[in-house]
Amino acid sequence: MSFVPVTPVEQAEMLATIGLTKIEALFQHIPESLRATSWDVPPGQSEMAVRARLAQLAGHGDGTRICFLGGGYYDHFVPAAVDALASRGEFATAYTPYQPEAAQGTLQSIYEYQSAVCRLTGMDFANASLYDGGTAVFEAATMAVRLTRRQHIVCHDSLNPLYREILETHTANLGLELLDGDDPAGAACVIVQNPAFLGDVRDFAPLAQRCHEAGALLIMSFYPLSLGLLKTPGAMGADIAVAEGQSLGVPLSFGGPYLGILTTRKEHVRRMPGRLAAATEDAQGRRGFVLTLQAREQHIRREKAMSNICSNEALIALRALIYLCLLGKEGLREAAAHCHAKAEFLKRRLSFARLLNPGPTFNEFAIRLPRKAQEVCAALAEQGYLAGLPLSAVGRGEETDLLVAVTEQRTRAQLDAFAEALARACR
Amino acid sequence: MNFPEGLKYTREHEWIRDDGGDVYTVGITEHAAEQLGDVTYVELPEPGLVLDQGQPAGAVESVKAASDVYAPIGGHVSEINQELERRPELVNTSPYNDGWFFKIAEGNLREFDTLMSSTEYTRFVEDLDE
Amino acid sequence: MELIFEKSRPGRRAVVFDPLDVPEATLPPALCREEPAALPEVGELDVVRHFSRLSQRNFGIDTHFYPLGSCTMKYNPKMAEAVAAHPGFLALHPHLASAPAMWPLCQGAFELIFELERLLAGIAGMRQVSLQPIAGAHGELTGTLMIAAYHREKGNARDTILIPDSAHGTNPASAAIAGFKVVEVPSLPDGTLDPEAFRKALNESVAGVMMTCPNTHGLFEPRVREIAQMAHETDALMYYDGANLNAIIGECRPGDLGFDVMHFNLHKTFATPHGMGGPGSGPVGVGERLEAFLPGPRVVRDGNAFGLASPPRSIGRISAFFGNFLIAVRAYAYILHLGGDGLRQVAHNAVLNANYVYARLKDLFEPAFDGPFMHECVFSAAPLAKHGVHALDIAKALLDRGFHAPTVYFPLTVKESLMIEPTETESKETLDAFCDAMAEIARLAAREPETLHAAPVTLPVGRLDEVRAARELNCRV
Repeated sequence: MSFVPVTPVEQAEMLATIGLTKIEALFQHIPESLRATSWDVPPGQSEMAVRARLAQLAGHGDGTRICFLGGGYYDHFVPAAVDALASRGEFATAYTPYQPEAAQGTLQSIYEYQSAVCRLTGMDFANASLYDGGTAVFEAATMAVRLTRRQHIVCHDSLNPLYREILETHTANLGLELLDGDDPAGAACVIVQNPAFLGDVRDFAPLAQRCHEAGALLIMSFYPLSLGLLKTPGAMGADIAVAEGQSLGVPLSFGGPYLGILTTRKEHVRRMPGRLAAATEDAQGRRGFVLTLQAREQHIRREKAMSNICSNEALIALRALIYLCLLGKEGLREAAAHCHAKAEFLKRRLSFARLLNPGPTFNEFAIRLPRKAQEVCAALAEQGYLAGLPLSAVGRGEETDLLVAVTEQRTRAQLDAFAEALARACR
Repeated sequence: MNFPEGLKYTREHEWIRDDGGDVYTVGITEHAAEQLGDVTYVELPEPGLVLDQGQPAGAVESVKAASDVYAPIGGHVSEINQELERRPELVNTSPYNDGWFFKIAEGNLREFDTLMSSTEYTRFVEDLDE
Repeated sequence: MELIFEKSRPGRRAVVFDPLDVPEATLPPALCREEPAALPEVGELDVVRHFSRLSQRNFGIDTHFYPLGSCTMKYNPKMAEAVAAHPGFLALHPHLASAPAMWPLCQGAFELIFELERLLAGIAGMRQVSLQPIAGAHGELTGTLMIAAYHREKGNARDTILIPDSAHGTNPASAAIAGFKVVEVPSLPDGTLDPEAFRKALNESVAGVMMTCPNTHGLFEPRVREIAQMAHETDALMYYDGANLNAIIGECRPGDLGFDVMHFNLHKTFATPHGMGGPGSGPVGVGERLEAFLPGPRVVRDGNAFGLASPPRSIGRISAFFGNFLIAVRAYAYILHLGGDGLRQVAHNAVLNANYVYARLKDLFEPAFDGPFMHECVFSAAPLAKHGVHALDIAKALLDRGFHAPTVYFPLTVKESLMIEPTETESKETLDAFCDAMAEIARLAAREPETLHAAPVTLPVGRLDEVRAARELNCRV
């Protein structure tokens, strides 16, 4: 089975047109010594057999439990219309809109996505998408290095440790220095996250001001859904704001595909990585959309490009746009308010544990348990819960520390039952 | 194509004019502008920047291309053409007059003298086309 | 067509949540936004009609022949969509991988990753594969970072990557983003890499060489092993850009050709949809020299269970978890479905289709090279410039005739380039209809060039003013 529609008779006709008799002759110019030395891919299987095999793998382990696990990736509700629309073949099987007249659906959706993201964040420009939240931090950091011509990057302890690790991997050969803290002196940028990895909500406006006085940029990693309630990166004075867009209508999917969001201020747009759509007109004055500022990108600028990104996450950006439209102005506020209220409710039910957050949190908080967090997670998994993220596993706490996230999907009954189950497991 | 006499030219397609008083004006040639197509953006150096000959001093972008602009001679940037920020199309419509990029003061005269003349640059461009 | 924002009506809603069943909670006002985000206020039907209509303003493989050279726009089987939509995959939280206590909950996903990495390694003749890179260009970056780590480990002072002038722009961009200088190596007039120029460019500063084979001229590089030997003699490593793997799958393996590291484009060779430009997936494969440097953590088998471990000198995490997992799910299903014979047929018929198109067009348009072409063929529209007709006009005229355009103006080594990649999933009658349209366009170019300049006239918009777009930068409402 290979989805090849050409029949043997047609194949013979085509070969005759080419002037050959056997299909192998198409490869005869490749010397024998360069041919595959082995080829042991198993024989093909029917669709029925393959789907049965994949269903078995999807069921094996079964991570589908009542979810209090977050750590940057959350179990939010996804309206059915997101899947129905984003799975349309006209979107899913199109490519990068290199021929704008034949890709107005793609281009208008990117323009609308950029608009929605700017309105959400209070920033001036959003690109058409990056890979995910972690790589977006790297792109933002190198953008800051280009803009400031400075060589060190300061990571605030609010930043997701995975993002920090991804940043280290990507910059290993660039001669940049990665420092911890929040001192902007001499730095290209200070990278913060709001809410913090451990859940704390802050106002980074004073730090933004300190950054600007020191000639550094403030990069903020934000949680898109939280902006239904929280002060925006734009209002805090961030120069570049990036995010993991998974919370906007994207299933957890064991890590991807996700969505890297990157936004910036007007004055920095020409140093921004990634694709950008813009409105314009045709000769008859009809509105249309094109990719613009492509001279920043790899297919034109090559080694001097702002980034090497080519494939992005356009279809996931479309999901995020559809999600934001379905929730709308009031729905997004409601979703964020519910996440916050339910998390606060659960927080108060966990008095047997020590809360580690000194101030306000949004929908996630860290607690210290009387017992090892991994043991508690294993015990609660038996009872149908994903209890949270054991923080020592990601290098951010003691073995007894657990990061607990609550989304709008959790009901009061689930919160009550989970609080009891957790209390029992800790006894 | 027009490569005015009296200007000097580089292999990177900049032109430079000796304005007298140790000041030189720099732009890109009509050939360069035509190769780029409609210019959409010009990035200029900061006034006061000290440049060595051949050092990147800005960039010029069109829809389909981008190229760096290099200092034809050493010196320091004394003035930039701010009008290009608003009207980048001047690079296409008036490459040797209103579409100038920046001025170099205390320019290196010895370097200036080694650059191509109009005739030499015309031949250089013809060779490229082949 | 209106923007979704222009359809907004105050107070209209689609999704409404149940009334809050816990007490309301408030945050300090200083931490909150002052106004709700000005998102559209629309009903669900508004949204459904809007995006359904937007989709109809697109060409995709499901609706159109899409011979975009170098992009491998082949049919994406629906079976792969079905398996990737399994709730057991969709709901799987990636942090289950972060703590060993939760590994029992994601054994199926670990097994799939392990199996797919093994299959891809076999297909490419590599020792190991990592699914972590999120896209092809991200795989290139991962590969060049591993090359950097290899030389750092050995104390080699290497700062340069050699790249043929025909390469995709991502190659020099990735090498530069990884911190290398890039030196371009010219092609010979026949379209293959110039071995003499390569020999001259190769010196003690060269860390690696990035090649595409077949290259972006659609030609197999006949001296690839010789080039690899030269590189290895100086301890430079060979990187294989897997963009064109569709042409040789089952016939040649990058590992056998002498490559040390490569990326796969699962969204090209393994038939996962391109999604308007993404998501893709760009796993890296490595041979012996780079095995220890792979990104980590990676899935390992421990008896009957799967767990995670990092290679001894791992470059670290290149993405948060295991790359674009759902794209890997699709590719795994595709490989199981096609099997070894099916995959070889992919290469055979991809090359057959390209050569058939070439045979039908070679007297109408000027071939950029003499061939023999593999999975794509490259023409130059330069001779039509005398009629005032350019590659862009041909592209737009094809859109009017119901075909997506080939890649135009790439590779940069060919003037007025037209790069056609039909792929193996297209039928003879589709190829014939396309070639007939090209023949008609060639006739019109000579006789009525103005009709081509007007194209496209059948689509929602005509040619758009890109200069105005770049100068005004209206990128949002």
